[in-house]
Amino acid sequence: MWDWIVRLYHRLGSPKWFYEITGKWIPWLVGLSAIAGVVGLVWGLAYAPADYQQGNSFRIIYIHVPAAILAQSAYMMMAVAGAVFLIWRMKMAAWVAKTIAPIGASFCLIALLTGAIWGKPTWGTWWVWDARLTSMLLLLFLYFGVMAIQQAMESEDSGHKAASILALVGLVNIPIIKYSVEWWNTLHQPATLKLTEKPSMATEMLIPLLIMIVATYAFFALLVILRTRNEILLHERKRKWVKQILES
Amino acid sequence: MSLVLATVKRDFLLAARNPGEWLNPLMFFLMVAALFPLAVDPDPKFLSKIAGGVIWVAALLATLLSLDALFKADVEDGSLEQWLASGESLYAMALGKALVHWCISGLPLTMMSPVLALMLNMPDEAYGALILSLAVGTPVLSLLGAVGAALTAGVRSGGLLLSLLILPLYIPVLIFAASAVYSAGIGMDYNGQLGFLGAILALAMCLTPFAVAAALKLNLSR
Repeated sequence: MWDWIVRLYHRLGSPKWFYEITGKWIPWLVGLSAIAGVVGLVWGLAYAPADYQQGNSFRIIYIHVPAAILAQSAYMMMAVAGAVFLIWRMKMAAWVAKTIAPIGASFCLIALLTGAIWGKPTWGTWWVWDARLTSMLLLLFLYFGVMAIQQAMESEDSGHKAASILALVGLVNIPIIKYSVEWWNTLHQPATLKLTEKPSMATEMLIPLLIMIVATYAFFALLVILRTRNEILLHERKRKWVKQILES
Repeated sequence: MSLVLATVKRDFLLAARNPGEWLNPLMFFLMVAALFPLAVDPDPKFLSKIAGGVIWVAALLATLLSLDALFKADVEDGSLEQWLASGESLYAMALGKALVHWCISGLPLTMMSPVLALMLNMPDEAYGALILSLAVGTPVLSLLGAVGAALTAGVRSGGLLLSLLILPLYIPVLIFAASAVYSAGIGMDYNGQLGFLGAILALAMCLTPFAVAAALKLNLSR
């Protein structure tokens, strides 16, 4: 098992291997995200029962929660990829980290916007300085910082390194930011899904949500893979195998 | 170690001969705090409520202002290359630089803060909390800021970028410190917040020098 992981890891470092293997994954990811997305959305928006307090307005949860979960885990993936790049100097990891940043920021923005739209009918206001909203906003700022430093550096390599260092510093800070922000009392309902507790949602509402989360992750993986493949083509364009692909 | 001590000594000497380096942020601190009564409301009752937060925001901005220059000269005149070539631990160097930065920015801010508190009509009970929170909190600002300064040392117009990178990381300090001052002002216990600030300081002292060292090396590979 361990040998297999090590071998997979070494292979992942090869742009050519990554390009070829992900080429096979793309149709599956497209299918999974499309089917799960359509099923989850239709089920959630049309068939799931309305909330007894919030009525139909709660249905935005099927976009809001997956985007919020993804925005947070994408930051972690970015930081881990950055660490791999800093430690083993694997350029594939740098490209993946660079790719994740704008995608994660977009999901963060989606979570904030849908949250604002949800907040208007439920709390009567677009924005409140509540703990979880604020920490999402700060996460967005962290993404902005990583993207800004990446672009500011003159050479691409030092841009990758600087972004990775900053992402790691941010990773250590995220729990501190989260708990410090929770210092204020909070308006937001507690997290809908917790790994350690039984979900507080009714099952009929929960299943479409879980399907939507799967769809969102598949979509995210698809986006990351597509953009990373572009990075590979861009950087390896002088290589023979890339020339062959481009000519065919 | 001798190199670190020599650098610390040199930086203090530079600050002593060029007072603008530490006086300008201090004046900035005063001016920013003076903007709030002018812009929001000069009513003493209102001011006493926001005094702690205003002073902390002003301290944060003043610190940011002074961070830009932290490693710039060392990168430009080649000192950084000499540090790396000497084989001295960059970890110790990062701590030394942050210490000097705190002594010329955070410490004067802390000592100046009671004056501002007086002008902003802060409740008497909160003075202790304000000074303690600044004394424990501003070193964190210097340490975290050193990471940003090291990352942006080689970037043209890095000052604005530095603020973008570092401000979100400052939020926890701001929250705990402002909350300590506010609690003290309404006669509540503020040990908890100070304890958190101390914990953040301990963590920052252990971890940020690694990031600073890694970021400094980056300026050479350009």
